[in-house]
Amino acid sequence: MLDLINVSYDTQIPNNVGLSSDKRVLKALEKWHPGYINWWSDLIPQNFQQSLVYLRTAVSVDPKGWAKFDYVKMPEYRWGVLLAPQVEGRTIPCGEHAGQPAWQEVPGEYRNLMKRLIVIQGDTEPASVEQQRFLGLTAPSLYDMRNLFQVNVEEGRHLWAMVYLLHKYFGADGREEADDLLRRQSGSEEAPRMLGAFNEETPDWLSFFMFTYFTDRDGKMQLESLAQSGFDPLSRTCRFMLTEEAHHMFVGETGVGRTIERTCQVMNENGITDPYDINKIRDLGVIDLPTIQKKLNLHYTLSLDLFGQEVSTNAANAFNAGIKGRYMENRIDDDHKLTNDTYPVWDMVDGKLVRHEVPALTAINMRLRDDYSRDAAGGVGRWNKIIEKAGIEFEMKLPHESFHRQIGVFAGHNFDPEGNLLTGAEYDAKVNEWLPTKADGDFIQSLMKPVTEPGKYAGWICPPKVGIDNKPGDFEYVKLHMA
Amino acid sequence: MNTPIKQHLIDPEICIRCYTCEMTCPIEAIVHDDNNVVVDADKCDYCMACIPVCPTGSIDEWRVVTQPYSVDEQFGWEELPAQAEITQNEAAGGMEALDAAMAALLAEAHAGAGGKAKAPASAAKPTVNMYNLANPIEATVQGNYRLTADGSDSDIRHIILAFDGKPFPVLEGQSIGIMAPGTDDKGQPHLPRLYSVSSPRDGERPNYGNVSLTVKREEHGICSNYVCDLKPGDKVKVTGPFGATFLLPDDPQARLLMICTGTGSAPMRAFTMRRQRTVGAKSGGMTMFFGARSADTLPYFGPLKKVPEGLLKTHMVFSRLPDQPKEYVQDRMMVEQDAVAEMLGDPNTHIYICGLRGMEEGVGKALTNIAESIGVQWVALRDTMREEGRYHVETY
Repeated sequence: MLDLINVSYDTQIPNNVGLSSDKRVLKALEKWHPGYINWWSDLIPQNFQQSLVYLRTAVSVDPKGWAKFDYVKMPEYRWGVLLAPQVEGRTIPCGEHAGQPAWQEVPGEYRNLMKRLIVIQGDTEPASVEQQRFLGLTAPSLYDMRNLFQVNVEEGRHLWAMVYLLHKYFGADGREEADDLLRRQSGSEEAPRMLGAFNEETPDWLSFFMFTYFTDRDGKMQLESLAQSGFDPLSRTCRFMLTEEAHHMFVGETGVGRTIERTCQVMNENGITDPYDINKIRDLGVIDLPTIQKKLNLHYTLSLDLFGQEVSTNAANAFNAGIKGRYMENRIDDDHKLTNDTYPVWDMVDGKLVRHEVPALTAINMRLRDDYSRDAAGGVGRWNKIIEKAGIEFEMKLPHESFHRQIGVFAGHNFDPEGNLLTGAEYDAKVNEWLPTKADGDFIQSLMKPVTEPGKYAGWICPPKVGIDNKPGDFEYVKLHMA
Repeated sequence: MNTPIKQHLIDPEICIRCYTCEMTCPIEAIVHDDNNVVVDADKCDYCMACIPVCPTGSIDEWRVVTQPYSVDEQFGWEELPAQAEITQNEAAGGMEALDAAMAALLAEAHAGAGGKAKAPASAAKPTVNMYNLANPIEATVQGNYRLTADGSDSDIRHIILAFDGKPFPVLEGQSIGIMAPGTDDKGQPHLPRLYSVSSPRDGERPNYGNVSLTVKREEHGICSNYVCDLKPGDKVKVTGPFGATFLLPDDPQARLLMICTGTGSAPMRAFTMRRQRTVGAKSGGMTMFFGARSADTLPYFGPLKKVPEGLLKTHMVFSRLPDQPKEYVQDRMMVEQDAVAEMLGDPNTHIYICGLRGMEEGVGKALTNIAESIGVQWVALRDTMREEGRYHVETY
């Protein structure tokens, strides 16, 4: 009997999908494998490839086995294909086929739509590793370096997850798409990654934390809605990926939180009460809160663009087909078809912002974006508690969703972070107060000095409250290779 | 007064509200509102499925409470409450250990009981986890005596530890953890190994509060070699006590059927000494089936022969005697099946099984046969006895 919980190591590719008895797919994946290893090897600086990193690896997909921690060299990390256990009798949760048995194979009529969704999701995974490739060189601690590498190897595994689906269910087309996922490169002129936000380099650690908080959270929302897919293998893949994605959210939220905490600490130690006393604060080697707010504005708005057009027939089709559900579809109490429902979306009418009702089916993207904003607001509230506890008068805020947008109804218009429509001149006069400038970036960059002594942290960030895997404070999370 | 329980909590200052625990919990014991993610104490059955999936470590928080915090109370928290003072003898009723690793070890050792273990109704309330990995107690070795004959290839030791006036309230049947010094091949400190105490609660020597262990030297065993090589005056790091079910009933009329092999005799020795020092032969009595390869490898062979039969009836069973067929504890139980059957039928009987895991199967078969002979289905009887805190297994 096929063991679908424990990871099997009887092929080169660890998996819980019975690869050893699926020769066709095994062969295809084995052919793809060397290209992946080459991609990884060319990407991450060599001395990190040789270092021992304290990483978690799944040995099974049930709660007991999916977080085994040990030292491993990253190129020897057991990337593999892991699907959450099949739920017996699962049905298609939404759309016109709602209630019918979930598909175990791709229905022909939805083949292209489905492939497109999988390719877009798959493209973001290696892209983020490419964006973050040099951050190891400036890690503020071994703890943070380990977290970066954990995020990186798991994004790598998420690429594997999507590539498995392409190989298993999409034949020759799928194989070609899988190869293209390794061919495109973040920031490349001739073959860039598919989504804009994934072509920007992640230049410093605050950007990395903001990216994992805001942009990976878009990834989480997309995975959440794909986990609701009527195509069962996609749903199972995404459900398992979500447990890994939680770690990325953690790295982002605590990274920003620890940066804020350190700034507040240093302000208090030096008797600075005005958070806008920027030069004085920067002279003490920490990042002032207004600059952190600017980084927040940038990453939040770039991430909002990833949700696409507010009103979208593509999204409506995917929902109606049962390929992609809503966030927590299984907990929403309605008929899951949305045939007669409406949903309020933003629009520009006569130069004014209005929110009006449109058929809910076409507003799937808007709805997911709203869920995203709510989810993102939670952590901002927790950052504010840190500031409040330190007794400093400052509040981090999510900017209005119309601010700094390139996609959707707000694109091409100028809004301030409160959502007021501005002229181009008004906007240009103030934009440096709202978004990070080159000087801001240079200042942050100047703080990015590596700290590699176990238990020590760069001056601009606090140590974490709890270690990974409950390890003590001076634990050596990365045993650096000294060439 | 309510029995204290160990309540599972989530640290709201560390949790990032990813809800992975909530989605993982198989019985929906984890819920959230706009503020917090919390565990419902009425539902949580300590399956621990949520612990490894948490990315933050915020989920591994526990408080011993007499009145659990309600879900609504927890929703309002900005930070975790401190552990309230709970007096020693009311601490942690029913919980084997307060840290997950020790609890898991004990759960595995007790798995042979076929269900969730329960303490005897009249057992004293145990203290658990007074000392842990982060905060061990230092004990001084008072003695280290070889229990097996010098010529035999089995080296079993009687180790006596003193806590130098510091409190270490341990009951018969509980275990303590010994931390071997040094690190493993990955540079991590060794986890404590659990050893069942073989002395009664008032001490190896009455009212001295010292503790004895029965430890067999295992080839390549890091901790057992460390312990067996200890010399008087050596200092040892100890955690515990652990265990809250494999305990002696205080009811003197309780009848004990004890089945053990090798160092599995440690808790049986503690039970016997406790009774000897308290009710003596004016009790329901104890019967022990004790297996070893031969007399010179059976720990406490000499002293055992001197225990009066009115207190403890002992069957020593040997599997490697020259010129004799192998005999195991289950074989002798079949020989004594009338006596065993009579005990099985008595609601005052408590069964204790302790030793190597391999003994479970044979003993289970013998009990099945004997129960059948009186027209009782063993699995049903076992489940009843376990539910009533009268059936206890600890194997390794």
